[in-house]
Amino acid sequence: MKLASGDAKLLDETAQLASIRGRSLWADARGRFLRNRAALLGLIVLVLVAIFALFGGYFAKYEPDYVDFSLMGANAYRGVPSFESGHYFGVDFDGRDLFARTVQGTGISMLVGVVGALVAVVVGTLYGATAGYIGGRVDNIMMRTVDILMSIPFMFVLILMLVIFGRSMFMLFLGIGLISWLDMSRIARGQTLSIKNKEFVEAAVATGVRPFTIILRHVVPNLLGIVIVYSTLLVPQMIIFESFISYLGLGIQEPQTSLGALINQGAEQMNNGTLWMLAFPLFFFLVTLFAFFFVGDGLRDALDPKDR
Amino acid sequence: MPILSVKDLQVTFDVRSAGSWPWTPPRKLHAVGGLSFDLEPGQTVGLVGESGSGKSTVARALVGTVPASGGQILFEGQDLAAMSPQERRRHRKDVQMVFQDPLAALNPRMTVGDIVAEPLVTHHPETSRAEVKKRVGDIMERVGLLPNLVNRYPHEFSGGQCQRIGIARALVMKPKLLICDEPVSALDVSVQAQVVNLLRDLQRDMGLSMIFIAHDLSVVKHISDRIVVMYLGRIMESGPAREVTLRPRHPYTQALISSVPIPDPVLEKARPRPILEGELPSPLSPPSGCVFRTRCPKAKPDCAEPKDRIQREGEVQVACPYQEVKDALAV
Repeated sequence: MKLASGDAKLLDETAQLASIRGRSLWADARGRFLRNRAALLGLIVLVLVAIFALFGGYFAKYEPDYVDFSLMGANAYRGVPSFESGHYFGVDFDGRDLFARTVQGTGISMLVGVVGALVAVVVGTLYGATAGYIGGRVDNIMMRTVDILMSIPFMFVLILMLVIFGRSMFMLFLGIGLISWLDMSRIARGQTLSIKNKEFVEAAVATGVRPFTIILRHVVPNLLGIVIVYSTLLVPQMIIFESFISYLGLGIQEPQTSLGALINQGAEQMNNGTLWMLAFPLFFFLVTLFAFFFVGDGLRDALDPKDR
Repeated sequence: MPILSVKDLQVTFDVRSAGSWPWTPPRKLHAVGGLSFDLEPGQTVGLVGESGSGKSTVARALVGTVPASGGQILFEGQDLAAMSPQERRRHRKDVQMVFQDPLAALNPRMTVGDIVAEPLVTHHPETSRAEVKKRVGDIMERVGLLPNLVNRYPHEFSGGQCQRIGIARALVMKPKLLICDEPVSALDVSVQAQVVNLLRDLQRDMGLSMIFIAHDLSVVKHISDRIVVMYLGRIMESGPAREVTLRPRHPYTQALISSVPIPDPVLEKARPRPILEGELPSPLSPPSGCVFRTRCPKAKPDCAEPKDRIQREGEVQVACPYQEVKDALAV
């Protein structure tokens, strides 16, 4: 009888053993990232900014494109930020609610940054990994193409495009998508060159796995750490890029707006005693950038191969 | 009929000197120059030689990760070297490989279960998940791992366990030929014995033919039926394992054997040691004639002449006209 109960206990233990979960390298990295205070704070701030951009519109008392004509020419004393008037962030030069416009601008700036980074991750990683993995002449042709594209001053091309084809969101995304993946493909290729000589890739070749499957299954997951770090640092770069274009007056078209456009308009009114027009968009711009940089730094520390 | 028959296998690599023009023809590095041997079904051929002698290159050529530049690799009568990549891919499941560095051979981002299942999923994508899981569990048990470890990641295992995972991956398709490229040299001695014994058991149970590569003669003679001694990509001596290890004929084989310590202090002290001097010459410019002559204690002037030196004696082949049989203990 005793023996039987002992057996039952052993069986129980074996059953528990049956579902051992491993700690993947991703899980390790997540733990390291969450222990990094600055990075965690950056992530929280990013989430808050994203919530602001997504749901801030519901709290605005005015539509972003509603022009309050009664405020025209009287911005400096009647359009100040106040809770009574419903203009939490004041109004802009044309008498539009700055809160609603900042919400819209933050959303569009983040969208531009994320889309640019996403294009970079998908196109750049696959392009670079393919070039690096195949190697030889194909690699040469693919990477020299990247070199040529990189040597073109894209800011001018983009400005020309925006002037010729008209200013639109699509053109802006196209322009940003065109340049963002170039650096990424170089990084991905460099990493691929070291990964493809690892024995596990050779084992996959010896097993008979097809080259494209090897790239997707063995190469890309192993270079993703660096790609993720680089892309979080790329998002703010894209936001700055878009802001610059918008600052020149070529980016987002009215009535749409972005942080860069808002900062531009605010800066024009700097001497008229309406500093809030510059301060609020600039605050969101800086906070978003800093948050992205902290998150990027934290990810780099968390995914650093030297830590493994 | 031998399951694998290698005939005059050549492997060359292109070496570009730094700073040369893209159109200057690269120099040829002959990593393997004219290697021939047969492997009978169910038997093991051991490849030995010091580092840089081309053993691993032979393994890579056989498994197809490095192209052969000449010769034939007849596997069950079909020439693997002459096949197109697509055709070759279909034959890959019959020839599998176990790698030298156990951890580096496993993708750090994949679970052990996915790693072991990869050959199965690649060659039979239609297999159901339950069937895959069952076969992975079976083979893991067979190599001495608990099947409930499938969700773990390679870095959570010891070197010996990682090598067992590598063996499980190689055997999950029930291949006919297993190529082991120094499978134990990265492991410590007690684990080496476990892995070698595991390989022997698996070979017996699954009827595997094996090519076992090592730079350590004592490991190879334990597992091999035949031994091929390589130097600078060429065969120096080949024959039955007992004959080669107990009665070495070629001066290089004798030097290799004398470097294996005897676990008896009295005998070890008493025996003379012909120590090999110098380094392996560069395979970019191998010595003329017999490649071993620059380090050979018995080298004669005519060793520099290019000619066929292979001497046959029963089952033993020796690439040296001045060979003499020596007792392994006396060399």
